[in-house]
Amino acid sequence: MGALTLNQVTKSFGTTQVIKGVDLNVEDGEFCVFVGPSGCGKSTLLRMIAGLEDVTSGDVTIDGARVNDLAPARREIAMVFQSYALYPHLTVRDNMGLALKQAGTPRAQILQATEKAAEMLALAHLLERRPAELSGGQRQRVAIGRAIVRRPKLFLFDEPLSNLDAALRVQTRIEIARLHRELGATMIYVTHDQVEAMTLADKIVVLRGGVVEQVGRPMDLYNDPDNTFVAGFIGSPQMNFLDAGKLGLRSDRLGIRPEHLVPGGGQISGRVSHVEKLGGETLVYLSSDDHGLLTVRLFGEQDYAVDEVVGLGFEPNRAFHFDAEGRRLR
Amino acid sequence: MSQARHSTARSLAAHAVLILYTVIALFPVFVVVINSFKNRRAIFADPLAVPTAESFDLVGYRTVLAQGDFVLYFQNSLIVTVASLFFVLLFGAMAAFALSEYRFRGNMLMGLYLALGIMIPIRLGTVAILQMMVASGLVNTLTALVLVYTAQGLPLAVFILSEFMRGVSDDLKNAGRIDGLSEYTIFFRLVLPLVRPAMATVAVFTMIPIWNDLWFPLILAPSEATKTITLGSQVFIGQFVTNWNAVLAALSLAILPVLVLYLIFSRQLIRGITAGAVK
Repeated sequence: MGALTLNQVTKSFGTTQVIKGVDLNVEDGEFCVFVGPSGCGKSTLLRMIAGLEDVTSGDVTIDGARVNDLAPARREIAMVFQSYALYPHLTVRDNMGLALKQAGTPRAQILQATEKAAEMLALAHLLERRPAELSGGQRQRVAIGRAIVRRPKLFLFDEPLSNLDAALRVQTRIEIARLHRELGATMIYVTHDQVEAMTLADKIVVLRGGVVEQVGRPMDLYNDPDNTFVAGFIGSPQMNFLDAGKLGLRSDRLGIRPEHLVPGGGQISGRVSHVEKLGGETLVYLSSDDHGLLTVRLFGEQDYAVDEVVGLGFEPNRAFHFDAEGRRLR
Repeated sequence: MSQARHSTARSLAAHAVLILYTVIALFPVFVVVINSFKNRRAIFADPLAVPTAESFDLVGYRTVLAQGDFVLYFQNSLIVTVASLFFVLLFGAMAAFALSEYRFRGNMLMGLYLALGIMIPIRLGTVAILQMMVASGLVNTLTALVLVYTAQGLPLAVFILSEFMRGVSDDLKNAGRIDGLSEYTIFFRLVLPLVRPAMATVAVFTMIPIWNDLWFPLILAPSEATKTITLGSQVFIGQFVTNWNAVLAALSLAILPVLVLYLIFSRQLIRGITAGAVK
C-alpha cells in the first residue's frame, strides 16, 4: 500500500511553466529521491504530491486512486519539512498526536501510537516538552515522529537535513534509512545534496528545469548516465569533461570520473593548480590547455607540488562519450 | 577602559534626553491630575502648585459623580472602544491572512485598496456617514460608533498584520494542512499566536484615537444614553462659564481605563515594535 504514479504532470505559475510534464512510477515500499539544483522544481513536485499545490494538468495517483482534487489531509500522506514546522504551542506528545486527534482516533490509540513512535526515535523522555526546549536534531526527530504516528501511505521529506550540522546530518540520514527498513513504507525525499540521494535512494529522479533528466538506481546513474547533466550532477567531485576532438575521438565530449584519471599516462597533460589532501584520498586539480580544469582523485596521501606538470591517462572503457547537445553516445 | 567610560557617558546622555522627553510628555497630564484635586481658587492662583492641606478639594470629583451619568459615559466609552478593537483585530487579521497566504487575481490591488484608508482621513466622509446612519436608523446608537471606528482602524491593522503574517513560516501552515486542520484552525491556533506582538501594537494604535475621539460621538451619537466620556466631559465646558474642577476631574478619570488597557498590551507592544529592529 503506497504506490505513487505521476502521469504527464505539469504546473504553471501564471504563464511560467515550472513542471513540464513529469511521468513517474514509485513502487510500494520504495525509497525515491528527487534531486537537482535549486529551482529545478523538485520541491514544487513534492508539494503537488502532498496536495499543497494544485496540479495544472496531468494525474497524481496514489494506490491507483486519482488524488488531484483531494485535500492534503485526506491523501494519507505525511510530510517532514526542512524547518521542522512543529506547532510551537503544543508539547512533543501533542505535536505527534494532532493528526490522529483531527481524524477522530480514540485517545488510547493515539497514546499508544505516539509512545511507539517516540520509542523508535528515542524521544520518550522528551514527550512533555515544547519544541522551543529542544535542540535542532531533536526537533527534526519529533517532526519525523509526527509523520510516523499517522501510518501514512506515503512519507514525503522536503530537504529534512538541510538545517542540521554535518555530524547530525549523517546520523539522521542513517536513522531515516533505518526507519525505511523497519517501516517498509514508501518514501519520497527531496534534496539538492547528491550524497544524500546516493546513500538513501532505491531510485533517484534527477530533475532539471521542471523536466526529468533520468530515473534509476544510484549506481545505474553513476555508471550509466544519459547525458552530461546527470553525469556531472551525480558523483563528487564532479566528472571531468574533456574535449574529445583534441584527443582524436569522434564524439564531442568525453566524460571521465576523477578516480578514473591516472597519473603517468601520456594522453593528457596538465599543470597542478591546487592539491587537497583529505588523508584517505588526495584531490589534485590540474589546468590543461586543451581541456580546462581537471580533477584527479587519488587514493591515500600523495605528494604533488603546485605548477608541477603531470601526464594523465585513462582506460577507454571507463570514459563516457557525449554528443554536442550533451546526450550520451553509447 | 576608555571604551567603558565612553559608553557610560553615552548612556547618561541618552537617559537625559529620554527623561527630558518623558517630563515634557507627562507634564500636561501631571498638571491636569494635580489641579483636579484643588479648589477653584487654588487652580487659578497657582496652577503649578501641588495640592496642600488648605487647597485640597474633591469638589470636582463630587460634581462629576453627582452628575450621575458618568458611570454610563464610561461604560459607553468602554463598550465602543473594546467592541471596535475586537472587530478591527478580528477582521484586520483575517484580511491580512488572506492577503498574505492566498494567491488570487488582484491580490496586490486588494492590498493597496485596503491600505488606502491610512492616507485618507475618515472624517472627510462625515456628511456621507451621517446620511448613511440616518438612513439606516443608527443615529444615537453605539453601533454607529463601533462601525465607524472599525472602518477607521482596519487599514492600518491590515497593513501591519499582513506584513507580519508574511513572516510566519509556510511550512508550519502546510504541516497544519497535512494534519487535517481547517484554514480557520490554522489561522486562529497557529498564525495568530505567532503575530501576537503585532496584534498588541495594532491594538494600542487603534485604541487610543477611539477613546479620545470627540468628533463622531458629537455628530453620530450625542444623545444622553450614548454619550462617551470625552463628550460627557464637555457638559462642564460652557460658552461663558467652565467648571474647571469638574472638567479636570473627568479627564483624570478618563485616563484610568485606557491606562489599564495599555498596561495589558504593553509587554507585547514592546516586542512588536522591536521585532523588526532587533534580531
